[in-house]
Amino acid sequence: MLDKAIKGSQIYWGWIIFLLALIGVGFGFYLYQWFEGLRITGMSRDVSWGFYIGQLTYFVGVAASGVMVVLPCYLHDYKAFGRITILGEFLAVPAIIICLLFVFVDLGNFPRFINMMIHPNLTSILFWDAIVLNVYLFLNILIGWNVLSAERKGIHYQKWIKILIYISIPWAFSIHTVTAFLYAGIPGRHYWLTAILAARFLSSAFCSGPALLILLCLIVRKVTKFDPGKEQIRTLGGIVAYAMIINVFFFLLELFTAFYSQIPGHMHSIVYLFVGLEGHGKLVPLMWIATAFAFIALVILIVPGFRRKEGILTVACISVIISTWIDKGFGLIVGGFIPNSFEKVFEYWPTVPEVFISVGIWATGLFILTVLYKIVTAVKEEVAA
Amino acid sequence: MGIDRREFLKIAGLSAMMGLGGKAAFDLLVPGEVEASLKDTPLTQAKRWGMVVDMDKMNDEIMDRCVEACHRIHNVPDWGDPKVEIKWIWKETYEHTFAGQGHDYQGEEFKERNFLILCNHCDNPACCRVCPTKATWKREKDGVVMMDPHRCIGCRFCMAACPFGARSFNWGDPRKAPEELNTQFPTNRDYPTRTKGVVEKCNLCAERIAKGQFPACVETANEILKDSLVFGDLEDPGSNVRKLLRSRYAIRRKPELGTGPNIYYVV
Repeated sequence: MLDKAIKGSQIYWGWIIFLLALIGVGFGFYLYQWFEGLRITGMSRDVSWGFYIGQLTYFVGVAASGVMVVLPCYLHDYKAFGRITILGEFLAVPAIIICLLFVFVDLGNFPRFINMMIHPNLTSILFWDAIVLNVYLFLNILIGWNVLSAERKGIHYQKWIKILIYISIPWAFSIHTVTAFLYAGIPGRHYWLTAILAARFLSSAFCSGPALLILLCLIVRKVTKFDPGKEQIRTLGGIVAYAMIINVFFFLLELFTAFYSQIPGHMHSIVYLFVGLEGHGKLVPLMWIATAFAFIALVILIVPGFRRKEGILTVACISVIISTWIDKGFGLIVGGFIPNSFEKVFEYWPTVPEVFISVGIWATGLFILTVLYKIVTAVKEEVAA
Repeated sequence: MGIDRREFLKIAGLSAMMGLGGKAAFDLLVPGEVEASLKDTPLTQAKRWGMVVDMDKMNDEIMDRCVEACHRIHNVPDWGDPKVEIKWIWKETYEHTFAGQGHDYQGEEFKERNFLILCNHCDNPACCRVCPTKATWKREKDGVVMMDPHRCIGCRFCMAACPFGARSFNWGDPRKAPEELNTQFPTNRDYPTRTKGVVEKCNLCAERIAKGQFPACVETANEILKDSLVFGDLEDPGSNVRKLLRSRYAIRRKPELGTGPNIYYVV
């Protein structure tokens, strides 16, 4: 089926070349980091994780959200989603690859990652995160590819694939739960030390992922002859609405616990993020942008009349993505480190090389997504014809 | 010397066997000799090493000298930039060392009072729990939290997990640290330097303990003022540290987190 990916229009090839160029630029900056070390990033002794680990966290969510089309289809027999489960699975694949790449660029000595396999520490959540992410990647490639091949040949996929599909459903929940456990079990980082973190991660994943999927469906409809379907997009819109409401609700729960209890440690990070602490507030504008977009998204999503108009839904989806990206891909990680263990404020801001390396990784993900979606849409067009 | 009494008696006994009178050995045990006589035995036998910083005796000069000695012996580069700095042991004010424990009516003098900070070599260290490769681990025999910079993959999970900010990352190659601040790097050719991209921290001078020497900070502090920094076996009820902790009021950093820090501060 890979041959489908090399037959495309000029626009397709232009897009591919554009992405390859971005990957090249990112790789160039990575070489710079390779030789100079991570000091070319904005990270510091105090904020020792930053943009990279934020992206890892965010894209695990995107990957996990594939389950939001798979679950209704296979557990609730919601047939309409059968048409787009492949889009969910093939969104998960590049998302996981993005995650793995972000872990790699964040490692101080990445060739040594092999030590995780030859000297694994079973009490380390990072070890388990690597396991669940890789298995999820494998599951999605296997399931997606087999189901699509079967569809192309006009036959039903094999029975053992069904077993893998059932495994992949709880597995999707597990990947984001384990990612939350990276943070939620650390003593002394109050912003992360919350039992509700995994639930927050899942809720923000299940709104941001499907929001991205809606945008992708609309693009697919526009640039190919395959229409993911009006009903499908509408149902996804409903999922985004519920998940976003729950996501914001969970965050408000955090605010209540911190500010009603008045325990300084629980309040400090949140104060730093939203109003600044001891005169430092680099993230304050970002957090209010996130808040504003969350508000816009909620208004659109809650009012059915808005949500059901695809044009307005698009605005909601973009708002959800911006809001959750700032919250989880940026504020959550940086906020967890500020103030530091000495209750001092040492701020973080990504550097230019750091951002370009990230752009290179996003472009890699988009490249894989483009190729996979090209294959999917070509097969769907072929089957339809 | 901040030396464990029982260990001391063993040394004294040993010295006696070697022909020195017990009393003579006692008298002779000035720093250099202590190390010499410890060469092949007792220091390596504690079950859980711990330190007590006696803040009545400790002062800025002693602390500065401890920091200098430690960083020199362990080839810790000076980056001259808090963003990428590496520290194994350093000074921090009361306010920040015991963050959240002060009150509004403390005198400035007390708030600004410096404390000596290093890895707490916790009983239940979060850093070891989170390390994906066992590059950092708690040594069973004596409780030292060890760090293998050759196995470390540089994920920095341990830095996130340590509630004491005891760990530093080599954001750059230590050999590329500003030359004007590191005129003679490496400062100790008998100790390895690290590469960029790995985490490091105080190792309680495991390499010195193995040779029967005291940690560099302990040795330095005691040379200046006896018992300002006391080092001994916390598992041994008769040890110098246990005696001190029985009789004086001592606090630890963030005991409520359950990591079980083994560095005590007599205040």
